[in-house]
Amino acid sequence: MRDAWERVQLASARVPFRIKTGAVWLLLFGVLAFLGNAAGFDVQWIRDNFRYILGGLRYTMVIAVAGIVLAIVMALLGALARISRNPVAYGVAGFYVSFFRGTPLIVQMFLLYLALPPVGRNLAAEYTWLPEGFDQALVLDAATAGIIALGLNYGAYMTEIFRAGIQSVAGGQGEAADALGMTYGQKMRKVVLPQAFRVIIPPTGNEFIAMMKDTALVSFLGVTAASAEVFRRSQLVGKADFKNLEAYVAAALVYWGLTVLFTFFQARLERRIGRGYDRAHVARAMQAQEPH
Amino acid sequence: MTATHESDDVVVRIDGLHKSFGHLEVVRGVDLEVHRGEVVVIFGRSGSGKSTVLRCVNFIEDPTQGSIEVSGIRLEGGHRTRRKRDQVRQLRLHVGMVFQQFNLFPNMTVLDNVTCAARCAKRGTDAEITQRAKDLLERVGLADKSGEHPLRLSGGQQQRVAIARALCMEPDVMLFDEPTSALDPELTGEVLSVMKTLSTELHMTMLVVTHEMGFAREVADRMAFFHEGRILEQGPPAQLIGSPEHPETRAFLDAVL
Ligand SMILES: Nc1ncnc2c1ncn2[C@@H]1O[C@H](COP(=O)(O)OP(=O)(O)OP(=O)(O)O)[C@@H](O)[C@H]1O
Ligand SMILES: [Mg+2]
Repeated sequence: MRDAWERVQLASARVPFRIKTGAVWLLLFGVLAFLGNAAGFDVQWIRDNFRYILGGLRYTMVIAVAGIVLAIVMALLGALARISRNPVAYGVAGFYVSFFRGTPLIVQMFLLYLALPPVGRNLAAEYTWLPEGFDQALVLDAATAGIIALGLNYGAYMTEIFRAGIQSVAGGQGEAADALGMTYGQKMRKVVLPQAFRVIIPPTGNEFIAMMKDTALVSFLGVTAASAEVFRRSQLVGKADFKNLEAYVAAALVYWGLTVLFTFFQARLERRIGRGYDRAHVARAMQAQEPH
Repeated sequence: MTATHESDDVVVRIDGLHKSFGHLEVVRGVDLEVHRGEVVVIFGRSGSGKSTVLRCVNFIEDPTQGSIEVSGIRLEGGHRTRRKRDQVRQLRLHVGMVFQQFNLFPNMTVLDNVTCAARCAKRGTDAEITQRAKDLLERVGLADKSGEHPLRLSGGQQQRVAIARALCMEPDVMLFDEPTSALDPELTGEVLSVMKTLSTELHMTMLVVTHEMGFAREVADRMAFFHEGRILEQGPPAQLIGSPEHPETRAFLDAVL
């Protein structure tokens, strides 16, 4: 008995680790396929509806890209304010980060989508000097409200990433720029930020990947069927055909595939950026950063 | 702007300079004038405030008290306003600084390091600045490195690029804060000889913190010994190194020579 087990171990040692993990993955897929089959999983339904669900990717990506662009702008402003000695900038940025990190993303979405419009209406009724059409000014469509909420929320988290990135640039760099008579803007644009971005880009890639998944929350704001993103589409067709299992598995596969794809690109980007100069001091600065 | 236009040839005038960090008073009343073309070497024990004085001259540190005058621009320490920030920038355009750790910008080529600030400050057309930068790189013996990445260079080469970078701003005075103390001994010579040519060929006004006594003896017009935030004594190198008045100076010289 002991000998047999030992022979198995010896044989196993000759198989590369990657092959073994691959086999484990295959096995897990096999088990899931078996369970799915037993549970009456309708593969044909997925085939019929996958195109439609996948079509939502356009909107998912538009929301995610617009959201991350806003988040980057907010994080940059927030980080610059957090390292400035201006009490107004510092205070406003602190308030912003505290609020958007301190409340749930879904609450922020509803605040922007449903709670802001009455504010506009009531203000317009109260103050007649406000410009014409102000009562409608705070009415956002669902996608816009979602993008703004995602951007502001992620921007608040990324403020810390950006701040750590900027502060990871050696102090002597800023001093050298100062000594050369550069203005604050020139120093930041030409010297500090280009170096900080090498540190900032990889974790920003991670935030983007996370945001692609969080775009699913926008579906709670009730986007019209024509412009629905992936999750909304799977909800719509799943409910209509009583195929919730298939619909949500399809949605999950889309997000999963997207994440795997972008994680691959992100890792390559990180390796490319890492080339060139030493980032050891930078890694230390990033460790000081709090997780979500 | 509190500019005074005097006919004397003082490039840097440090007047009653004090600097505290919190409760720690690091510079306790320093007066020093540097004349056009003069090379002044500052030396003294670690922590005696040499770097701090140098950094106050171009307001990398804001003086707690006292005033700094460079090329007729006179500024007081001890407050921060928008107007002062602009004046500080004007003053800095007259001052070149070379750091112990070189502080080259690793995100630019050697040539861009040299031209970047001059472009920002519009110190001539792009073509002029580029030409000037190439001439300066030639002067420091690095003409063939202009496209190189700064971190690929040796320490001595990096420091020479840093000197060219500061010179490209066409400053009236160059500050050197222990420019060779981060270098391997065999690389200090190339930097010191470049510094020497700045004095002999360009007649550059220089304020140099260094413990290279050979350089001081050969190049300095005057030396100033710093002790506990003050200038304890100053004079020509032969006098200061040969027959220092104060026992502290003597003790320090015995230790470094
Ligand atoms: N930013 C700062 N904050 C607090 N203390 C400082 C700061 N900069 C310098 N000091 C302190 O001021 C004192 C003088 O520093 P300084 O760097 O001017 O000395 P130094 O003469 O240049 O010494 P060294 O030869 O070691 O370079 C030291 O005790 C140092 O710890
Ligand atoms: Mg020093």
